[in-house]
Amino acid sequence: MMDRNSIKGSLKGWLYLLPALLFLGVFMVYPLIDVFVYSFEEGYNSASQTYFGVGTYNYAYVLRDPYFLQAVKNTFLLVVITVPLSTGIALLISVGLHSIGPLRRFLQTVYFLPYVTNTLAVGMVFMILFKKTPYSDGFINLLITWFGGKSVDFIDGPYWAKMSVLCLYTIWVVMPFKILILTSALASVDPVYYRAARVDGTSKFRMFVKITLPMISPMIFYLVITGFIGAFKAYSDVVALFGTNLNAAGMNTIVGYVYDMLYGDSGGYPSYASAAAIILFAIVFTITCINLLASEQKTRR
Amino acid sequence: MKNEAREQKIKCSNKGHMTVSGVMIYTFLGFWALIVLFPFYWMILTSLKSYSAYNGEYIPKLYTLSPTLQNYADAFTAVPLGRYLLNTLVFTVLTTLIMLAVIVLAAFAFARLEFRGKNAAFVLFLSMMMIPNELVVITNFITITNLDLRNTFAGLILPSVTSVFYLYLLKENFEQIPDNLYYAAKVDGTSDLRYLFRVMIPIAKPTLVTVTILKVIECWNSYVWPRLITDDADYFLVSNGIQEIRENGFGRENIPAMMAAVVVISVPLIVLFLIFRDKVMEGVSRGGTKG
Amino acid sequence: MEVILRDLTKKFPGRDRKRRSEVTAVSHMSLAIPDGQLLALLGPSGCGKSTVLNLISGLLQPTEGRILFGEEDVTSQPPEKRGIGLVFQNYALYPHLTVKQNILFPLENLKGKDRPGRDEMLQKAKEAAGLVQIEELMDRKPAELSGGQQQRVAIARALVKRPKVLLLDEPLSNLDARLRIQTREEIRRIQRETKITTVFVTHDQEEAMSISDLIVVMKEGIVQQSGRPQEVYDSPQNLFVAKFLGTPPINVFEAQVRDHMLCIGDEAVLRVGNVPDAAVYAGVRPEGFLLREAGAFSCRLERVEVTGRDISAVCGHTASVNASVRALVGTQGGEADGLSAMPEGSRVRFDLLPHKVFLFDRETEERISFEEN
Repeated sequence: MMDRNSIKGSLKGWLYLLPALLFLGVFMVYPLIDVFVYSFEEGYNSASQTYFGVGTYNYAYVLRDPYFLQAVKNTFLLVVITVPLSTGIALLISVGLHSIGPLRRFLQTVYFLPYVTNTLAVGMVFMILFKKTPYSDGFINLLITWFGGKSVDFIDGPYWAKMSVLCLYTIWVVMPFKILILTSALASVDPVYYRAARVDGTSKFRMFVKITLPMISPMIFYLVITGFIGAFKAYSDVVALFGTNLNAAGMNTIVGYVYDMLYGDSGGYPSYASAAAIILFAIVFTITCINLLASEQKTRR
Repeated sequence: MKNEAREQKIKCSNKGHMTVSGVMIYTFLGFWALIVLFPFYWMILTSLKSYSAYNGEYIPKLYTLSPTLQNYADAFTAVPLGRYLLNTLVFTVLTTLIMLAVIVLAAFAFARLEFRGKNAAFVLFLSMMMIPNELVVITNFITITNLDLRNTFAGLILPSVTSVFYLYLLKENFEQIPDNLYYAAKVDGTSDLRYLFRVMIPIAKPTLVTVTILKVIECWNSYVWPRLITDDADYFLVSNGIQEIRENGFGRENIPAMMAAVVVISVPLIVLFLIFRDKVMEGVSRGGTKG
Repeated sequence: MEVILRDLTKKFPGRDRKRRSEVTAVSHMSLAIPDGQLLALLGPSGCGKSTVLNLISGLLQPTEGRILFGEEDVTSQPPEKRGIGLVFQNYALYPHLTVKQNILFPLENLKGKDRPGRDEMLQKAKEAAGLVQIEELMDRKPAELSGGQQQRVAIARALVKRPKVLLLDEPLSNLDARLRIQTREEIRRIQRETKITTVFVTHDQEEAMSISDLIVVMKEGIVQQSGRPQEVYDSPQNLFVAKFLGTPPINVFEAQVRDHMLCIGDEAVLRVGNVPDAAVYAGVRPEGFLLREAGAFSCRLERVEVTGRDISAVCGHTASVNASVRALVGTQGGEADGLSAMPEGSRVRFDLLPHKVFLFDRETEERISFEEN
C-alpha cells in the first residue's frame, strides 16, 4: 500500500540487500562466470596468473585423462545402483512405517540419525567394519565366513567389493532424507480415499498401487531427481571410506577429480578442474532434463 | 499431521488381527533400524576397547568386558581433537551468525520493502539456487588463495555464508506476516529496522530456528571447502581433523582412539537433533538435502 | 482537531503494466470534518473509502489535493508525524506481544523529549486500557482473546498516544452480529469521552447511521452525499444513495409523471405538484406504505412476514425494479390483523406517505423534488 519507488525508498531496499548481494556476487555470480573462462584458458598458471591460449584443449585433456574416465565410470555406477535401490528401500520402509502405530516415532528418529552425523566420521566406522587387516578380517567378513562365504577386503581389495561397500554406505547416508520425504508424503494422503476403497472391497495391494502410489508419485519423482543430482556429486563419503588418494584407490568420482585437479596430490590445474566441473554440470543438467521430460510424458499419457 | 492422527485411529480400530504381515513389517523395520544403529554401536563399542584388546581380537567381539576411557584421553592429548572441535565451533557459530544477519536483511527487503529492481534481484537470487557448489568452488579457491586468506577463519567462513535457499525460506515466512502490522507500526512511527527486530523477527522465530539448525548441521559436517582452504592443522575442522587422524594420526594405526574421536565429533549434532527433533525434521523436509 | 480534505484525488497505476492505465480510487473529494465529530465513510466495497482513510493516515500520498489538520497542512507529512491513531479491520495486533506490550508499542517509538518515562508509559497504557475496559487482560497474548477483546486492544493501542484524529477501518466487520451492536456503542462512548475527531469506514449503512454524527456516502471514488445521517436518509440526492441507505431497502418502481400525478403501473398514486411529465424512478421507503382499503396503490400479496418488531407485506408488482415490494405495516392499531387473514395472491391496497416517496430522473438518477398536494 505504501507509496513506492521513491528514490529514497529504492536506496533503502538496496541497502538492506547489499550484504547478500556482496556475498552472492563475490562467491557465486563471479565464480560462475569465471569457471567458464578458466575452462577455456589453456595452460593457466594460478601462481603467475598467466595463460597462453584460448580453446577447448582443457576439455579434450580431461576427456582423455584415464583418471577422469575412471571417475566417470565410478560415478555412473554409483548413481545407477544407489538411486533406484535407495528410493525403493525408502519406499518400502516408509510404507511399513506408515502402517504401524507403536514405535513409529521412535523408528523415525532412529532412521533419521545418519542425516545428522558427520559423513567423514561415520564413514570411518564403515571402513573398519569392512576392512581386512593382518590382525583381523573385520566384522563383515566374519559374518560372511559364518554364512560360508569367502572373506574379501572391501577397502583395498577388488573393484566390485570396493564399489559395493561404497554403494552401501551411500545408501545408508541418503536414506534418512528419502524416508522423511516419503513418510510425510504418505501421511498427507487423505484417509478418506482408503476408506472409500475399503468400502469397495479393494485389496491392500491394489489400494497401494492404485491410490497411494499415484498420489505420492510427485514426491518419488522429486526424490529421484535430487537423488541423481546428489549421487553425481558424491565425494566426501568416498573419501571417508578410501582416504584422500582416490585416484590410487581407483575409486575417484567426478567431483573428487575436480578437487584433485584443483588441489591435493595432483593439484594445481584450475583449468582442468573447471573443464571437469562444467562437464559434470552438463551431465547433471542433461539427466535432470531427461528426467523432467520423462515424467511429463508419463503424466501426459 | 491431522491425517496421520486420523489414520492411526482407523488403524487402531482394527488392531484385533495383528497378522503375519504385521510381524513381517516389524521385522523389516527392525532390520533397517539395526543397520542404521549398528555403526553407532560399533563406534562406541570400539572406542571403549583398549588398544591391546582391540588388536588382540582376530574375531571382533560384539561386547567388551573391560571398558576403558583411555581412548578418549588419547584422542584429546595425542592429536589436537580439542583444537579441531574449537575451530569447528568458531566456524559454525560465526558462519551461522553472519548468514542470519545477511538473510534477515535481504529477506526483509524482498518481503517488505518496495524498490526499483526488486523483482530482477529476486530472480537473480532464485537462479543461484540451481547452481551447484562444485561449479563455483574453483574460483573461490583461487580468490581466497589470492587474497592470502588460506588457513584463516575469514577464508573458511566467507564463502560458506551464502545460503540462497534459507533466504528464500525466510522471505516466504516474512511474507505471511500481515501487511497491516507494518502499517500499524508505521502509523506509530516505527522505523523499518525497529519493525524488523521488534515484530518480524519474533514472529518468524520458528523459521529462524529451523534455518539456524540446518545451517549448523551443514557447517559442522562441511568437509570439501575446509579441506581445500586449510593445510595447517591449526585450522582444521572436525571433518578434516578426522581424516588427518586417520592418515597420520596416533603414530600408529590406533583404531579405538580414532573411534573415540569419531564419537566425540558425532555427539554434538546427535544431541542437537534429539533436542530439536521435530524442528530439524520439519526443516529438512521443507527442502534441505544433505550437503 | 478539524480535518479538511481539499480536492483530494488518488490514482493508482493499473494492474496491466503495458497499457499504463490508471485507476482513480478517489476523485476530487472535498470534505470538512468538524472538531470532535464522528464521521462515517460509507459505500460498497471498492468505492474508495479505505483509500480516503489511508490518505488521511498518510500511509498513501494523494495524487492531487491537500489534507489539513486544523490550520496545518499535513499532506506531505509521514504518518507518524500526523498524530493519528489507526485501527485496522483485522486489528493488526502484534501476535508475539502481550496486550500491555501492544499498547506500549507506540509510546516506545517516541524519541527524545517526547518519550515519556517508563512509569508514565505504564500509566498511559493503563488509562487507555481503562477506557476500553480491558485492564484485566493486560498480560494475555492476542491469540488468547476473543474478537471483541482484540478490537478493544486495537483501539487502546490507537488511543494511547492521544491522537488528534482516530481512524477506524471497518472496525466491526470481523465481529458477530451481537458483538457488533455492543462494540459500536462502545466506540461511540469512547469517542464522546475522548472527543477525538474520528473517521470510520464501513460498508454497513446501519452501523454508520446508528453512531455517526456525519456520514459520507461514496461510490466509485466520488462523494455522492454527505450530511447528518437522518438528513441523508430523509433526503437522498440520488437513486444510489436512496438505495444504499435503509433496511429493508427502498422499493424502486419504474414510473411516469402525467399531469402532475405520479403513476405506477396504471394507477395514479400521488400528486406531485410541480413536476413536468416524464419517465422517472419512484422510490418508496418500506415505511411509506399505509394499508388502506381504498388506497391508491395496489399490488399482489405474496406473503406476510412477521419478525417480532414489525410485520411486512411482501408483494409483487410489474413495475417494481426490485424482485418484490416490501411494505412495513405497524403492529399497533390492529391494521395488520386483516392482512394476515388475506389469502396469498389477493390484492392489497396502500396509500403512500409523500415524504417517504422520492422521484429520480431516469437518465441521471438525480433526485427530482416535488411539492406535496
